[in-house]
Amino acid sequence: MTEKRAAVYDPLKERDLCAFSGPAIELTGVTKTFNSFMAVDGVSFEVRPGEILGLLGPNGAGKTTIIHMLLGLTTPTAGSIRMFGLDLLKHRERILGCINFSSSYVSMPFSLTVAECLKVFARLYHVRKPGRKIDELLRTFEMSEVKHKKVRTLSTGQLSRLNLAKAFINDPKILLLDEPTASLDPDIADKTRTLLLRVADEKKTAILYTSHNMREMEKISARIVFLHHGRVIAEGRPDEVVRKFAGHDLEDAFLKVIREPAP
Amino acid sequence: MKLHRVLAVFVRQMYLYRRSLPRLMEIFYWPLLDLVLWGFISLYLARYQGNLPNFVTFFLGALILWDILFRSQLGISVSFLEDVWARNFLNLFVSPLKPGEYLTSLMLVSAVKIVLAGGIMSLLAWVFYSFNIFVIGMSLVPFVLNLVALGWAIGIFTTALILRFGQQAEILAWGIAILFQPVSAVFYPVAVLPPILRWLARYVPSSYVFEGMREVVASGRLPVGKLVWATGLNAVYLAVVTFFFYAIFRSVKKKGLLARIGE
Repeated sequence: MTEKRAAVYDPLKERDLCAFSGPAIELTGVTKTFNSFMAVDGVSFEVRPGEILGLLGPNGAGKTTIIHMLLGLTTPTAGSIRMFGLDLLKHRERILGCINFSSSYVSMPFSLTVAECLKVFARLYHVRKPGRKIDELLRTFEMSEVKHKKVRTLSTGQLSRLNLAKAFINDPKILLLDEPTASLDPDIADKTRTLLLRVADEKKTAILYTSHNMREMEKISARIVFLHHGRVIAEGRPDEVVRKFAGHDLEDAFLKVIREPAP
Repeated sequence: MKLHRVLAVFVRQMYLYRRSLPRLMEIFYWPLLDLVLWGFISLYLARYQGNLPNFVTFFLGALILWDILFRSQLGISVSFLEDVWARNFLNLFVSPLKPGEYLTSLMLVSAVKIVLAGGIMSLLAWVFYSFNIFVIGMSLVPFVLNLVALGWAIGIFTTALILRFGQQAEILAWGIAILFQPVSAVFYPVAVLPPILRWLARYVPSSYVFEGMREVVASGRLPVGKLVWATGLNAVYLAVVTFFFYAIFRSVKKKGLLARIGE
């Protein structure tokens, strides 16, 4: 009887959410229009737990709009978004508690210290033992020495690292990263990639990643979804995408696609 | 000094005014309000010359109470702007934070600011002018609560407009409460106003508060009827602006503007 009850998936229970084995992210026919402009056109893909999926495409391809829809910042015009098997629109609060986001283009309250910023987010995500978690994250992102410095005094790279530290504050099951290494030096960028690979592998975190660094994309993405004019034009392992466009690497394939005249 | 560089900065400022109605309004708004407000004060003083009982109580009491309303509104609007200026809004709303929770926390900030500002103003009025705000007695409590409620309603309304129109609307954060000042009859009775403004004052909760305050000072009696009117109107104001805020929030999400606030 107990076994039978445990086998029933209850989407509102934390342990079930963490144990959910289906796609962590599932987009089906997602479309987003802004007035007459179609930013995203019938996009479908999924990201499984422990998988790093690279969202590739030129500026204006719809990558950031997709991330914003996944974060509940904007609503799809059509189609559905499910995370952990739950409809995002219906279970926003529940889902957002288990995911996190980082972008090089988002800032933090500049009058607060690094530790204060992280404490605020630890409260928002209801993190248990926030002090220990914050120290651990500051060590991971090599920021312990700026713990009590104000955000306004941080360099661009340090601010990006603070954003990344914030993204890990709740041990997210889904991580959405919008060009997270854009302003990091090669050393920290490399360490960040290694960390992402480890988190995906050990904690089975599903990671959706955008970057204009093609080598980085090839290095860490298990699969790539290539977007152009809001549509998926290719999907698969990096080598499969390269082959599809007869490139000799991902950058070459990318340039061939975006420089091709529109039909 | 090079004229072309001076003109470059001048033109840059003019571009702002050309495209922004709130900025353009600012040029006319303050002089007009000053004229209206001080015009009615002058009228009041001229009409009741030599017959102004408890003049200091009327003026200083009104000033402190008006400041409570203004601080209560700023407590909401400026706290919201702090997150906009810090480009931190996106980080907050990708967490499980609900709009209602955000507003509630802004109200708490506002309450703290009111206690501090009201306390300091009352203390200074007592030290410098031997004016004791508590001469108004226990009636002060419901009066203050009503002014706080109206300040919150104006603050929520302003916040919704900034959400929708972005930072160009932030001028409203400082200006919109002042719009209520002439019809609130802060420094003169409603009777001084021309018929159209007198009619308008009937629908402004603060007019009942300031009229009530004068009545308490003059007769020592609490005008229960005025208090009921103020409370009822405030309940309507708060309900309407909360509905308005949620409608704007939904619309902003649909338009994808939530992610762009502060850019």
